[in-house]
Amino acid sequence: MPRRPDQFSPRERVLLASLTEAGPGFYALVGVLLAVIAWGIIAYTVQLRYGLGVTGLRDNFMWGVYITNFVFFIGVSHVGALMSAILRITGAEWRRSVTRMAEAITFASLLMGALMPFVDMGRPDRILNLLLHGRLQSPVLWDILSISTYLTGSTLFLYVPMIPDIALLRDRFAEGPAWRRRLYTLLALGWKGTEVQRHHLERIMGIMAIIIIPIAISVHTVVSWIFGMTLRAGWNSTVFGPYFVSGALFSGAAAVVTAMAAFRWAYHLEEYITEAHFRRMGYLVITLGMIYAYFTFAEYITPAYKMATAERGYLTAVFSGQFARLFWFTQVGGVLLPLLLLTVPRISWVPRLQRVLFLRPVPALATIATSVAVLLALPAVLPRTAALGGFDVIRQLPVWIIGALGGWLFLTLLPVFRQRPIAAAVVASLLVNIAAWLKRFVIIVPTLQFPFLPIQRAPAGWAIYQPTWVELSITAAAVAGFVLIYLLFSKVFPIVSIWETREEGHRPGAALSPAGGHGGVADAPAP
Amino acid sequence: MGLTRRSFLKILAAGTAAAAAPLAGGGLVRRFRIRPGSPNLPAFVASRETPGTVVHLSGLPNSGGDVAVAYAAEPNTRTGPGEAGRRWVMVIDLARCDGCRECTRACTAMHFVPPGQEWIRVYEMKDHEEAAPYWFPRPCMQCDNAPCVKVCPVSAAWKREDGIVMQDTSRCIGCRFCIAACPYGARSFNWVEPPHTPEELAKPDDIEWNFRHRKGTTEKCIFCPGLIKQGKLPACADACPMGAIYFGDQVEDAVTNSQGETVRFSELIKENAGYRSLEELGTEPRVYYLPPRKRIYPAPPAEPEPATMGGHR
Repeated sequence: MPRRPDQFSPRERVLLASLTEAGPGFYALVGVLLAVIAWGIIAYTVQLRYGLGVTGLRDNFMWGVYITNFVFFIGVSHVGALMSAILRITGAEWRRSVTRMAEAITFASLLMGALMPFVDMGRPDRILNLLLHGRLQSPVLWDILSISTYLTGSTLFLYVPMIPDIALLRDRFAEGPAWRRRLYTLLALGWKGTEVQRHHLERIMGIMAIIIIPIAISVHTVVSWIFGMTLRAGWNSTVFGPYFVSGALFSGAAAVVTAMAAFRWAYHLEEYITEAHFRRMGYLVITLGMIYAYFTFAEYITPAYKMATAERGYLTAVFSGQFARLFWFTQVGGVLLPLLLLTVPRISWVPRLQRVLFLRPVPALATIATSVAVLLALPAVLPRTAALGGFDVIRQLPVWIIGALGGWLFLTLLPVFRQRPIAAAVVASLLVNIAAWLKRFVIIVPTLQFPFLPIQRAPAGWAIYQPTWVELSITAAAVAGFVLIYLLFSKVFPIVSIWETREEGHRPGAALSPAGGHGGVADAPAP
Repeated sequence: MGLTRRSFLKILAAGTAAAAAPLAGGGLVRRFRIRPGSPNLPAFVASRETPGTVVHLSGLPNSGGDVAVAYAAEPNTRTGPGEAGRRWVMVIDLARCDGCRECTRACTAMHFVPPGQEWIRVYEMKDHEEAAPYWFPRPCMQCDNAPCVKVCPVSAAWKREDGIVMQDTSRCIGCRFCIAACPYGARSFNWVEPPHTPEELAKPDDIEWNFRHRKGTTEKCIFCPGLIKQGKLPACADACPMGAIYFGDQVEDAVTNSQGETVRFSELIKENAGYRSLEELGTEPRVYYLPPRKRIYPAPPAEPEPATMGGHR
């Protein structure tokens, strides 16, 4: 090591400050998160007391929001393997300051994802039956095995490269609070940074980086198979494994972009996370998004071309029926728009848009706001009579008008986003994640609406699925739990790897060069 | 688990030995399942209590001669193989079904089926624009290649030797994978604590009668093994006023309906172009249907009852 571990550069001191300094904003956020979690726990006790009948789930819709959450969180967790393993193996040096963020996302979202099937269980008191009477031919057991393997592996993957940092903190907090001292001393495993220790660490990381990739792929493949192994039209698909994996990586990479922006802003990590990082993550998200779009197309076009009896119902509902708005939002708002937003900062003609009068922000925003106000007022003003022949047409009109207004707004904001690429990346990644959740809902529910034998003689309210406050509260609590785990993690451990970013080059205070991929001379080849 | 597996094998061995005994005698093993007390029954009693008893059939059409009765003592354990040497089968004659839903009512009454569930549900079907509508009673198909059994993580659903797909509500963890897997929608979930009537509580908690009902678990039709044991038809078949539901043993190649008509299963299927629902899925159902040809009842309304679907969500 070129320098003694207890010496910290200015930017490292900024990072260390993120561990100890907590403003009112932090406590307010923790308070809100705890409140949301507490409300979710109340909702769950109601569910325990009265049964799953308090949810919107019924015989025809045996799975809903909980399983949507499950697929979503497990999907987001895949980014850890992607960032840490693939980028590590390929020696992408720019990853160094963002890998731990990605791995911590994996850890937090896996915990929340793995919780969801148990929330969904009708008899959580019989959870031990899974061990006592478990049958390996059930995909449920595959899920348990692969997710627990992945959780173990990715926890190790998060922890092992953190050991040198923990040792740094152990020395740094030698006179600090007792809990920190004890925790760091325990977790540092006596790390002294000797040659042998470094050799072992790199060896472990080399092996882990290789084996975590197939494990990660297997996890989301198996998750997709709880659908793919059924005979239901819309789930009975051979492409579900890779399709889910591609969607998982896409949503996970987008989640990292959001996390990067949040930590950069909250912990002042501009020295570590530069615009170059956002650009490179943007490339990654674009690539993964196109792969995901390809799989989506392949998944839908093959049954849609044939329109076989079994598939016709859910396909029609998804493309033009009751799920069409959700579905097209996930495709336009969740794939196309984010990819455009990430591409825009590179397009040279975007500033020229502002020369067009109706695309200048002030007149455009004024017009759009007025139109939206008129549209909102319209239904109240219009007579609601059947005699008005074209009433349905009028009622449908606002959808298209709002779409057009949205497009207009997007064009108007393009030059703004070009000037603020990080804002563009954050908006894009949030859109990706919202749409990712909705898309999992659209994978699960429409298929259930169209079983082989039609839904008949269902008791009132059983023939459609409407999530209840219980499900939504528990979902909100899961999201809050994810954020809370992530937040507390960043308060106990540095969210950017100190020793790995230190190794990166000889210029401790320097920001990452725009090209990103300069290797430090001291670097061993990655991992 | 080890205990049950061992005892399972023991039972299997005992059953095989018992079944082999009459075979060694050279007789044709064919046993008709008769519903005692039904009118027009040939004058004999299928003495199920004595394994290996040979009974003579004379009054039945196409009776092939001597019929051997062979089965092992049936332990009412959770993983029992069911009645050895039997393959229970149901035939539903759609030409006779008039959609009265007596089957559903009888089933619900017999099993104290919780509200919101119909273990045998009568659908109103219309296969395509030109097709005539018809009634379609759907019990559990007791599939030989049962999707629900495959996906159950805890063996709460399992297949018995006699063809019945059983369901153990005291083991079920309520993951509802079986409901997702069943293409016939034959499985129901107890979303809330089922109402318990004094009548239900007065009866023993027996897996073969499918009560007591438990919150957070899956249930379904199991061909009434409790009634079969007593030599009776399942509740739905017994209740059908049209005699549309035949029930019997595929091994002895005979099925009986509520009218006391006992016919050869294979010939009934062959002569009436019997089919199985969603054959293309390969689930190998044990419920057969006879097409709704020359119906002897008023057809359902031309427009099938719409599933009460909501509009845009």
